Amino acid sequence: MMFYFASAALIAIGIYMLMVKKNLIKMILGLSVIDSGVNLLLISIGYINGKTAPIIQPGVSPSNVVDPLPQALVLTNIVIGVSVTALALSVVIRVYKHYKTLNSSEVRDLKW
Amino acid sequence: MIKRLVSIIILAVVITSLFMVLSETAPFGDDETVVSHRYIYKGVDETGSANLVTAVVLNYRGFDTLGEVTVLFVAATGVGAALYTRKHPVRKNKVEASLIVKTGSKLLFPMMLLFGAYIFVHGHLTPGGGFQGGAVIATAFVFKYISDTRYSIDHVGFTKMESASGMIFAGLGIMGLLLGGYFLLNILPNGTPGELISAGILPIIYIAIGIKVGAELTGIIDRMMGVEA
Repeated sequence: MMFYFASAALIAIGIYMLMVKKNLIKMILGLSVIDSGVNLLLISIGYINGKTAPIIQPGVSPSNVVDPLPQALVLTNIVIGVSVTALALSVVIRVYKHYKTLNSSEVRDLKW
Repeated sequence: MIKRLVSIIILAVVITSLFMVLSETAPFGDDETVVSHRYIYKGVDETGSANLVTAVVLNYRGFDTLGEVTVLFVAATGVGAALYTRKHPVRKNKVEASLIVKTGSKLLFPMMLLFGAYIFVHGHLTPGGGFQGGAVIATAFVFKYISDTRYSIDHVGFTKMESASGMIFAGLGIMGLLLGGYFLLNILPNGTPGELISAGILPIIYIAIGIKVGAELTGIIDRMMGVEA
């Protein structure tokens, strides 16, 4: 339950950063925070009380492990998150070079 | 000010509803496995991999992973395209690193490479795998960049390594297609689950992914370090 609360809080903080912050790098940080929140949410949905990591070894029977599918999905999601962050940061570097500012309301076509 | 207030109210509504729906449909700690039943109970026999997450990522959903590697590759290419400069990029930071950083990175660099290699070689036995090991290797190169202001990777070698490992992944898939009729079919024997040489092609794929991810992330770092803002 604690984990649901934490992931909801992370997602809320991330969306707040996206909505309120003007600095482009802070907005990308917000995207990363949302990412972590979603990952935590998926992992905690897959958790089953009293069970252990999905690695079958002596002493761990298949009836005793948590759901491996959300973990595999999160593995994918982390990689996609890294790609998105890297690409967004390089676009921000380009924007800074062109407009000499990181403030999104001073950049034409990014105002809202 | 008013915008800030409005966004907080919207967020509170959205997040509370999400929270309530979640605790109603999927209470924390409950058993909701449906699809994963087969993965959990038959995964070790079918794939030979002790780590069920690896079994799902590389065997049952190996095609997805090929797509994922492609996404990372496209992102690295995109970073390269966005930060393209006509002349050879010159590192801007001229501040020398302190002696502690230099000595520490010199000591840690080979160990970090070794640890990354350990993580991706043992991907089918222990937590971790190609992506995590590749990230550790890229971190080792970040250390190199921080400690030495003139350091730059060997671009040609990295590109060759990256392409070769990508081709190994795709080539193994096509071999499965030729020999068994399915893309990414496990063509090697499963072996004994829990041993280093087991799980057929999964360790080979994870080694290829580890090298590829390490090279790509290092390339991204190199391009961001070489940029003149």
